[in-house]
Amino acid sequence: MDAKETIARRVAMELRDGMLVNLGIGLPTLVARFVPMGISVAFQTENGLIGFSAPPPEGMANRDLVDAGGGFIAALPGAASFDSATSFALIRGGHVGLAVLGALQVDASGRLASWIIPGKFTPGMGGAMDLVAGAKRVIVAMQHAAKGEPKLVETLTLPPTAARRVSLIVTELAVIEPTDDGLALRERAPGVSVSDILASTGARLIVPDDAPEMPLGCD
Amino acid sequence: MRKAAITAEAAAALVVDGARVMIGGFLGVGSPDRLIDALISRGARGLTIIGNDTAYPTVGVGRLIEAGCVARVEASHIGTNPTTQRLMSDGAIEVELIPQGTLAERIRAGGAGLGGVLTPTGVGTMVAQGKQVIEIDGATFLLEKPMRADFALLRAHEADYCGNLTYRLTAANFNPVMALAADCVIAEPDEIVPAGVIPPDAVRTPGVLVTHLVGRAR
Repeated sequence: MDAKETIARRVAMELRDGMLVNLGIGLPTLVARFVPMGISVAFQTENGLIGFSAPPPEGMANRDLVDAGGGFIAALPGAASFDSATSFALIRGGHVGLAVLGALQVDASGRLASWIIPGKFTPGMGGAMDLVAGAKRVIVAMQHAAKGEPKLVETLTLPPTAARRVSLIVTELAVIEPTDDGLALRERAPGVSVSDILASTGARLIVPDDAPEMPLGCD
Repeated sequence: MRKAAITAEAAAALVVDGARVMIGGFLGVGSPDRLIDALISRGARGLTIIGNDTAYPTVGVGRLIEAGCVARVEASHIGTNPTTQRLMSDGAIEVELIPQGTLAERIRAGGAGLGGVLTPTGVGTMVAQGKQVIEIDGATFLLEKPMRADFALLRAHEADYCGNLTYRLTAANFNPVMALAADCVIAEPDEIVPAGVIPPDAVRTPGVLVTHLVGRAR
């Protein structure tokens, strides 16, 4: 199982029956493939639809039906479409139970940075600032390090996406929960030791006596 | 009440160089492509474009950037268009980044006669710089001011000859709010149908908001 699948499978274990879920572009979209058996969630795409699956069946793409990454999707029976103001009312208004976002960095206070590397790349925040401000729970789904550099840092060196502390951080190595006292290690990926995790983490981690292996569901 | 359709070329001639122009669409989906073609053909210059994103270099608003029509962009995301990134770095265009929900509500406020919006989005970030921070019952909000434009260029699914508009699926996006927030609203529907064909309950933008409809060349 590669790093992305590990992350997506573990995040999927946080889905609850009946939840409205918003998955960010990139890695977070993989979560939709691993919805646990027996539960039903509704996925929102910020460009204006609740109730989709991706990709559409071969030959059934519609040019007016895409997700927030521009990829074709299929609207499921019971889907609802709406404009951007309504979509972000749903997001800011606390109607989204869970938002899953990627990040460039998360720091010891649980803040994430995800929208600009000053002087190098300025993609913009898109809907990320609204999602972090308004979703009931926010999970960061990201690789533990990028090009050997830890993405979990003591203090953000990149501009934050919000002042709010995220609910949970899931990487291919660990599940980490930001708390009042700092980042707490909750789970290890299968075959990963606590020292492996510490070696690629740039922030102080609160390590419990026993960090269990993360559940990854089954097919 | 009836509106005769005009050509995309005639509509593009109305949009003067240097104008503030809202353009509907999300990564090009729900963007008025025939109007964009016509603006490029007439060699529009110095436009300020307000929209969600700048799509891709060969798609939607991205084509206006590529053709040199744009001086300034006010959008939530430009990460899919390397040309926008490069022109911004070179100082050839200005870019103001606005959170997507804030952009939608600022436009809505501009069209709804409101003095602004209080939003939690952006508190404690670069977006808050220079903005008033207001506490309401213990929660912190930014005061975001209303946005308007000289023109709104919309893509609709169906229009009738009264200007009533419908939209389809995710092609609605920013089009309905922009319809309220510009002095001149030009709508490019996929089809124009006789008045009465669109049931009143299906209309999402009332025709009184639409200044011009763009028809298809025969």
